[in-house]
Amino acid sequence: MLRRSHTSDFSSSVCAVRRLLFVLGLLAAIQLGFAQQTPLISGGVAYLTSTNGGNTSDYPIIEPLLAAPLGKNILVESRAAMLEFFSPKGGNQTGFNHSHFIGLTYLQGDYLASQHLTIVGGEYLIPFNTFNERLSEVWIGNFQDSPTITPLGLFSAGIGLGGMLRGNAVQHNKYSIDYAYFYSTRSGIEQFSALRGSGGRASLYLPEQRLELGFSCDRRLQGAHESFYGAHVWWEPRDTAFRLRSEFSRGQHVQGYWVEADYRTRAFGGLDSAIGRIEPVFRIQQTFRIDTLASDSLPSVNTQRADFGLDYNLPHNTRILTSYARQFSSAGDRNVWETGIVYRFLFPAWKGKKL
Amino acid sequence: MIFRHLIFALLVLASVSVLAVSAEQSSAAAGKQAANSGKQKQMVQTQNAGERVFQAHCSRCHAAPEGFSPRISGTIVRHMRIRASLSQHDEEVLFRFFNPQ
Repeated sequence: MLRRSHTSDFSSSVCAVRRLLFVLGLLAAIQLGFAQQTPLISGGVAYLTSTNGGNTSDYPIIEPLLAAPLGKNILVESRAAMLEFFSPKGGNQTGFNHSHFIGLTYLQGDYLASQHLTIVGGEYLIPFNTFNERLSEVWIGNFQDSPTITPLGLFSAGIGLGGMLRGNAVQHNKYSIDYAYFYSTRSGIEQFSALRGSGGRASLYLPEQRLELGFSCDRRLQGAHESFYGAHVWWEPRDTAFRLRSEFSRGQHVQGYWVEADYRTRAFGGLDSAIGRIEPVFRIQQTFRIDTLASDSLPSVNTQRADFGLDYNLPHNTRILTSYARQFSSAGDRNVWETGIVYRFLFPAWKGKKL
Repeated sequence: MIFRHLIFALLVLASVSVLAVSAEQSSAAAGKQAANSGKQKQMVQTQNAGERVFQAHCSRCHAAPEGFSPRISGTIVRHMRIRASLSQHDEEVLFRFFNPQ
């Protein structure tokens, strides 16, 4: 589920939390036998603030993830999001408007069928390009905002309900190829709503060059049928803390790309020194409207945006994120200022067996 | 005369025994040392391979967490196998990297 969605249906939120607790309790009831496979709780908690075109908003957010192995071949994993959204009342009114959101992001079961195949069932993150699966967690992203083109190929919510086949197709010293194919069914169930569609992704990784090239495509098979295509290139030169990530996406009505680079220096006492913890980040992105029959949440006019960030990696898995962005479009240029603090947690869900 | 030969023979036997035992002990120690250094070498290789897998697949998206309970190392590795589409071999190498023993 994309990080920026909000709703205030409290009863459904409570229901979602109950479901999550039920799953947790069920897994707790099953005594898991392997000493190093105690279920874990991971995720991030953050306080983020953003001023977009002069409008300031704040939102504290917590995104817990539960991963519980069952036996030798099964993993049950789930992620939820809880956030409160505050924004000042407009006009001459004082005080804040606020809304909250609690919901499951995904809940899936993974079966390791063979060394090249994992079968996934349940509600899962759609494997289109890289952002949704890899960078959407609040503690991972370098910026608060997801790139503008992220909704393309994700059937609006970023989740599918059904099955997925994925794994490592080829593993070689010089290259590896991985794949994911999914089929999602239509569902209107609260917390498990999804659109019908199918698609997948294939990636080639070259470990010597530290280069990844990937291609994605999927098709929405409900309402206005639409195909989406995507490509991604990631590169981390060896022995440096420089990372370059990029994606391109194309739908029937819009296309666009983003390129993001971040760097930490080892020159002044390593990555854990006071200087080495500073992380300058830069992202540039553009979206191009093909027509105005918009069926997506992207800007209705061509838009360019450049983000300049300066993150600081504190000890104890804590990061400070700051950024300034300038957005250009015929609908009006604007500045976006963002700051936030994020803490990543990772611990056993319960005591487990002694080693 | 016979008594003197007997004493001499016993001394020689004792000396040979002492030499043999000490030689065996030193060769056992050398063997142990060689085995230990072989084990250490293998462990270092495993650690290097594990670090390579970590750098290549985990660090691509996020920084390494600053320590975690060894009780969840297996769960982390399995989660990463699915999320990062690790091969079974890389999963095993990563698990040994997290549990260097």
